[in-house]
Amino acid sequence: MDDNKTTHIKHTPGYGIYILVWLALVTLTALTATVAGISFGKFSIAVALVIAMIKSYLVLSEFMHLKFEMKAFRIFVLVAILFFLLLIVLLFQNYSYY
Amino acid sequence: MTTENEVVVHAHRDDVGARMGMWLFLLSEFLLFGGLFLMYSIYRYNHQHDFHIAAEGMNIFLGTANTIILLTSSLTMALAITAMQKGNKILSLVLQIVTFLFGLAFLVNKFFEWSAEFKEGNYPGSPILTAKPSGQILYYGLYYTMVGLHGVHVIVGMTIIAFMIRFTIKGIINKDDYVKLENAGLYWHLVDIIWIFLFPLFYLIT
Amino acid sequence: MSNSSIALDGNGKLPSYLIDQGKRKGLLAWLLSTDHKRIAILYMIGVLSFFAVGVSLGFIIRLELLTPQGTIIDAQAYNEIFTLHGVIMIFIVVIPAIPAIFGNFFLPIMIGAKDVAFPRLNLLSWYLYIIGGTMILLSMVLPGGAADTGWTFYIPYSVRTGTNMIFTLSAVFVLGFSSILTGMNFLTTIHRLRAPGMGWFKMPLFTWSLYATGWIQLLATPIVGITLLLVIIERVFGVGLFDPTLGGDPILFQHMFWMYSHPAVYIIIVPAMGVISEIIPVFAHRTIFGYKFIAYSSIAIAVFGSMVWAHHMFAVGLSNNAEFIFSLLTFLVAIPSAIKVFNWTATLYKGSIELEAPMLYALAFIFLFSIGGLTGIIQGALNVDIYLTDTYFIVGHIHYVIFGGTGMALFAALHYWLPKMFGRMYNKKVAKVAFWHIFVGFNILYFPFLIMGWLGMPRRSYHYLPKFQIYHIIATVGSWILVAGLLIMFINLLRSLRTGEIVTENNIWGGESLEWKVQTPPIAENFEEIPEVTAAPYEYKDNDEPVLEKEEVN
Repeated sequence: MDDNKTTHIKHTPGYGIYILVWLALVTLTALTATVAGISFGKFSIAVALVIAMIKSYLVLSEFMHLKFEMKAFRIFVLVAILFFLLLIVLLFQNYSYY
Repeated sequence: MTTENEVVVHAHRDDVGARMGMWLFLLSEFLLFGGLFLMYSIYRYNHQHDFHIAAEGMNIFLGTANTIILLTSSLTMALAITAMQKGNKILSLVLQIVTFLFGLAFLVNKFFEWSAEFKEGNYPGSPILTAKPSGQILYYGLYYTMVGLHGVHVIVGMTIIAFMIRFTIKGIINKDDYVKLENAGLYWHLVDIIWIFLFPLFYLIT
Repeated sequence: MSNSSIALDGNGKLPSYLIDQGKRKGLLAWLLSTDHKRIAILYMIGVLSFFAVGVSLGFIIRLELLTPQGTIIDAQAYNEIFTLHGVIMIFIVVIPAIPAIFGNFFLPIMIGAKDVAFPRLNLLSWYLYIIGGTMILLSMVLPGGAADTGWTFYIPYSVRTGTNMIFTLSAVFVLGFSSILTGMNFLTTIHRLRAPGMGWFKMPLFTWSLYATGWIQLLATPIVGITLLLVIIERVFGVGLFDPTLGGDPILFQHMFWMYSHPAVYIIIVPAMGVISEIIPVFAHRTIFGYKFIAYSSIAIAVFGSMVWAHHMFAVGLSNNAEFIFSLLTFLVAIPSAIKVFNWTATLYKGSIELEAPMLYALAFIFLFSIGGLTGIIQGALNVDIYLTDTYFIVGHIHYVIFGGTGMALFAALHYWLPKMFGRMYNKKVAKVAFWHIFVGFNILYFPFLIMGWLGMPRRSYHYLPKFQIYHIIATVGSWILVAGLLIMFINLLRSLRTGEIVTENNIWGGESLEWKVQTPPIAENFEEIPEVTAAPYEYKDNDEPVLEKEEVN
């Protein structure tokens, strides 16, 4: 079994990558606020959610080190997301009448 | 059973396992808020116009400011861990304290925001709110519940960080053993992610 | 690992976990213990005590229903009693029982570990459980009266009723948190603490069942947590989310509630199936048939089980498409369970079957759960379900799958593992007498439910039409036989702890999983040395070869 004490990070990252990620996040926030003023009709919410998902991906992968952890961790997160998506899709089935 | 009066058995230390436990717990938190997001999606789908009207009353400036505050606090939290990895105890401590203060700033903003809403009569059970169309009542119901629950988690996160500050000062968290700080960071980042979704869904409905 | 300071007992063996070895002695050594085995015992005391309360409530219900009109209690009391019966039995007994008692005790041992991944969280889970359970008991005596909404807490009544809803819902929330932490603990334990050589497919099937269950506990419980929290918030603040007069949607509540409560029934049954998968091979002296199929079917049940919740809502007016999808998925979810039943049956085929008490309960499980499962499939048919919804047919189904299923598995597990846990053997003849009382009483009690439900007897009903009385009388008599059997069983088991024959051999029944290789009762750290695992857990001889010799139990 692996040495439980060593952390997942074989190299110690610098501070720089986090600053870059933060800049991206702030930019995306500005983008989402600006875009909100433009009406995309039905797609407005989709655009907002896509930007939010990109931001979340950055936080998960970089700030939370998900990209450095064991594959199992990424599978766990995927399972939870898939479960949630399943619920929302099936729930909407019950509310859209056709 | 506890074996305190014996020679300490080689302590079973598993940092990966500790983080795994925290990640799994975070998944349950995700589903906790997920339930609310499910309700939001159904209620908004059924009251799209009313949600739009109600959202016009939101303070987009404060909302955006709070988003930037939380994102920056996530940055300082991540940097605090890196600092600890590099053995820079003072820097890590400073960054943890800054993170805590950002959390405080978020709550202060929230307080002002809610005070303004209450003054306008937009609180649960108020005569003004109850007279509005049901879609708008639901919007505010979801707003207070989701943002409120999120606020509770900000407070919990700040409490956890406060403990980490104490552990750092005492050296319990150090260059060779900082998984507690990592786990605190994970929790804080989840709080950030939830707000990343709350922000557009409540403040930016066109 | 140093054990040099622990005194060996008279037989030169390390002392069992039952002997206090640390700083603390007596009660505190148990209440503050982080040893998974002691926590399991603490859970056992809690679960069985609450079971007694739940049985008593059921007993009262059956007495009341002897006559079509009021007999011994009034209508309000009746509503509170069936609500409490459901809340206690579901949230406080069958959901925790097998994972918290036998999962806690045996999961680490079965995978070759010294404890779970987070022992202190484990103890916290127990305290949360006790707090939640106590709150439910308190709700019975506090002013306002116990909840009277049924265990399903449907709005708007749960928002409007004057009874102790906030207290009750908070209790269920706390219990849910306990469940989430246990699930998280077991998942991490299985991922991180398996002994060298213990690959995923060398794990016992009970472990697989706990793994699948852990995921459901972790992901589904928060949904009911937030739903019930919202009812509390609605009662206190009137936010409108669950108030129809302000725009709240009662059907949405039902969706949110059943999104957890359906997967919850798989939390209830999957560990029970895991127990059966352990017992059948041992007492049939045959390798389990289709190990991988059973393992995967546990995962499949967890996955499919999260997609069928609206089959509890076929009568509320869902869209046609939605009803079609949920009905189809409901039929599909029966398949993995059926796979298990077929595999167990195939394991029995040409086995050398030994009808000890654990095996009797395991066989009863297969029989009763199959009846329950088949009645479930019937309800999956939309047109039939419209007719059967909220009748006693449903109540019969529930009790066949939960009591006939998990209940029997719980009793099987007690008879299988108690001698290992305490080093004492119960009276085997009395155990069988108890079994037959329970089995016969069970069927006399619950089969009439299926019949009168089909004839239109509504559930949760204080008054009923005289034509149903004969079924109610038969059922109530069955309940007396069942309760007599339960009493005989529990007294037999309890007495064995004090005066039962002492058991010293490691392998009491001839099992092959790791718990049968360690001391009886196990030492505090489970293993003197963590084992290196080479064999799969069910290596019995198959059809044509001679059956393994089993160690004789005196």
